[in-house]
Amino acid sequence: MLIAVLAGLIVSILYIPFGKYLKGRLAILAAILPISLFAYFASFIPAIQTGRNIHFHQPWVPSMGVNFDFHLDGLSLLFSLLITGIGSLVFLYAAPYLKGHRYLDRFYAYLSLFMAAMLGVVLSDNVLLLFIFWELTSISSFFLIGFNNDNAASRKSSLIALGVTGGGGFLLMAGLILMGHLSGSYSIQEMLGTNEFLKSHALYGLILLLVFAGAFTKSAQFPFHFWLPGAMKAPTPVSAYLHSATMVKAGVYLLARLQPVLGGTDYWMYPLVTIGGITMLYSAFHSIFRTDLKSILAYSTVAALGMLVFLIGIGTAESLLAASVFILVHALYKASLFLTAGAIDHETGTRDITRLSGLRKVLMPLAIAGILAGLSSAGLPLTFGFIGKDLIYEATLHTTGILTIVLTTLAVLTNVLLLCAGFLAGIKPFAGTLPERFSEVHLPHGMIWGAPLLLALLGLIFGFAPSLADEPLLNPAARAMHQSAIDSPLQLWHGFNLVLLLSGITLVLGTLLYFVRRPSAASLATIERYNTVSPKHVIGQLARYGRKIAIKYTRTLHNGYLRVYLLCIIVTAILLLAIRLITGGPIRLSIDDLSPVSVYEVVVAVILIAAVYITVTASSRLTVVVATSVLGYCVCLLFVFYSAPDLAMTQFSIDTLTVVLFVLVLFRLPPFLNFANRKIRIRDGLVASSFGLLIALIAVQVLNQPVDQEVSQFYGDNAYTLAKGKNVVNVILVDFRGLDTMFEIVVLSIAAIGVVSLLKLRLKASEKE
Amino acid sequence: MNSAILKTASNYLLPILLLFSIFILLRGHYHPGGGFVGGLIAAIAFVLHSFTHGNEATLKLLRTHPSSFIPMGLGLAALSMFVPLLGGEPVMTGLWFDEPFPVIGMIGSALFFDLGVYLVVIGVVLTILFTIAQYSE
Repeated sequence: MLIAVLAGLIVSILYIPFGKYLKGRLAILAAILPISLFAYFASFIPAIQTGRNIHFHQPWVPSMGVNFDFHLDGLSLLFSLLITGIGSLVFLYAAPYLKGHRYLDRFYAYLSLFMAAMLGVVLSDNVLLLFIFWELTSISSFFLIGFNNDNAASRKSSLIALGVTGGGGFLLMAGLILMGHLSGSYSIQEMLGTNEFLKSHALYGLILLLVFAGAFTKSAQFPFHFWLPGAMKAPTPVSAYLHSATMVKAGVYLLARLQPVLGGTDYWMYPLVTIGGITMLYSAFHSIFRTDLKSILAYSTVAALGMLVFLIGIGTAESLLAASVFILVHALYKASLFLTAGAIDHETGTRDITRLSGLRKVLMPLAIAGILAGLSSAGLPLTFGFIGKDLIYEATLHTTGILTIVLTTLAVLTNVLLLCAGFLAGIKPFAGTLPERFSEVHLPHGMIWGAPLLLALLGLIFGFAPSLADEPLLNPAARAMHQSAIDSPLQLWHGFNLVLLLSGITLVLGTLLYFVRRPSAASLATIERYNTVSPKHVIGQLARYGRKIAIKYTRTLHNGYLRVYLLCIIVTAILLLAIRLITGGPIRLSIDDLSPVSVYEVVVAVILIAAVYITVTASSRLTVVVATSVLGYCVCLLFVFYSAPDLAMTQFSIDTLTVVLFVLVLFRLPPFLNFANRKIRIRDGLVASSFGLLIALIAVQVLNQPVDQEVSQFYGDNAYTLAKGKNVVNVILVDFRGLDTMFEIVVLSIAAIGVVSLLKLRLKASEKE
Repeated sequence: MNSAILKTASNYLLPILLLFSIFILLRGHYHPGGGFVGGLIAAIAFVLHSFTHGNEATLKLLRTHPSSFIPMGLGLAALSMFVPLLGGEPVMTGLWFDEPFPVIGMIGSALFFDLGVYLVVIGVVLTILFTIAQYSE
């Protein structure tokens, strides 16, 4: 199973060297991966159906509780099959859709990466592992939304999406760690055992808040929904795959997965029902005002996600079954509608529904797909959508008290609006008369109309025979959420009852609305007048303030002048050290224990002071360089006096090379110019001398402290016995702390690369002149 | 620099300094020295040569651009780190030959690690200096 999850990652890496061979006709080969994964996961259906769950364990960082723990139950299986199944169709669809695109290889690499990440999210049992995959889905979504990277709007949308989902992910991480910490295990299956403890803990509210923040941002719930319509800048196959069928359901998945751990309380139910309810009504309302096909679909997707959150919030066996059915229903019809919309865009060059009509005459198979999907989304009897809608009404009707009326009304209103939106997207482009300019439109590649048609037909088949999907998939999925058996098989016909009446009302009202409402640019403009109070605008404004503060802060501290950096660093160090020194107790300045001063030391000290004086007062660069090198050599001599030959040797060579370097650079600089005025020089002098004084104070202070010899004793004792070396310094460098040295030489290499590339950059700029 | 004495002297100083740097590298395990200092000394030897003969001549002498020493050194150091894995030992275990070799003395994985450091240091220093020198011309 580890290989199945990571296959996408491996494939996406393989695209780097081999991608250029897979851009032309061979691009379709990319679909082998999702198809074989689909077959792999489908092979687990019989086992899951009988109630057996598959668990996979592979230690990764056991000391921190991070392991490759994968758990396959009904819920994971439903999602895995959706990810790989719709993934297969999208992979196949994209090859002709993006034929000849410059970055087709990159596109498939991102898609494979995304698929692996998404599989990881739905299969991980370890919450930290889940989080890693969760973030990977955000990142791959970022790349895919900004796939048309020469378009500024695409880039902006991808940044917004990354910002919102990444911010939520950050909070989610805190929530997951808190959960793992409190329950003592990062495994979701093991958390099931401690769920009562978690729910009664004082931090339960905080955990919920953090987890909700993660789920709501990912699944585009109000008020974070705005990134999803923006994400429609991605190529349509991506919108169908990530931003409708799979990724945006990650938040829903998380809630469904944690329902048995955290759910069942009022704190769980009311926020979910409220936010889900607001989201579904708000977005469904917005969807019927849009004129862009993908925009309609985006808003109706947000509404559907709201519906799912709402159903999980209700949390009864019926509502959870309704949620699992609706996940599949929605994935089938919405992906189909998206792919149809993409095909229309591909062939006619527009997605404006006020201009599209009568396309059934030229795009018959697509028309069938669109109409079937539209009917399924409307919930017409004999479609899968009908069963889904019935279950939703049953779930809302079986709540208690005032909730029944409120929730049912909400659901009916949303469904009426969604039905209208579904008709607008699925039927409107194909109905009516064919305008003159579309008469030349011809049917695209078979893959492009085949994929949506297949999905739409599946919706019809499951509608006729719901047991096909129920027993193997949906019931186990709901069981996983509810943690107990649910005995209510899906039925095509429930008899004449209240639910049927509500379905009828929805159908009639929705159809009426579709005929009454003519989408137009004018009504879109009306609704966009309220944009200044929309969450997108408010959060965007907050983000702009954040940016302003960041710019201000950066301009002050990182203004590009080396001297300012040095000043900041040294002043901060002085302050920190001085505070510690003063608060750390009395300063003992005893010079009694110091060894007597020798003649050599006095001589070196005198030279040192002279060198410092020359450095500060000299008026030529070369003199300064020579004086500082004298300073360096004096320090070398002091190292020699105090028996640190290794240090002295190194310092000596470094000093020599530094002088050479300085001379090489100075050669090019203009003659000495005194930029600093008197005031600045006094300031710098003060900073420098106080830093020196402080270090001297600390050095004397350290001498008065009892020294812990344990570490040096260990190295001294063991250098020869363990590492066969007599030079302890060198043994530490190459053996005891060899890993540090390894990283140091890596850093050195990076520094060299930095110097070379910076200078090469300058060379090129001057070459241009 | 056009001093004939320095020019002639540097012809002899280069091999001597290089030998000295290798000596410093090898003795590092028992006496003051090691790969880092050795690398610096070798770099100084080449810098001296480039001062008297010009950068071009030194680059020609090296046959390759000094930057290629960096991956060589990093690779060698990394290799010496991971070789113990083959014997089932943890990374960076010190492996040693039982008998000392003539002239060189004891040879172990630490020596190869040090040699890697030596090469990286030469590569880094010469790359930086030559790039800057090239830019200043």
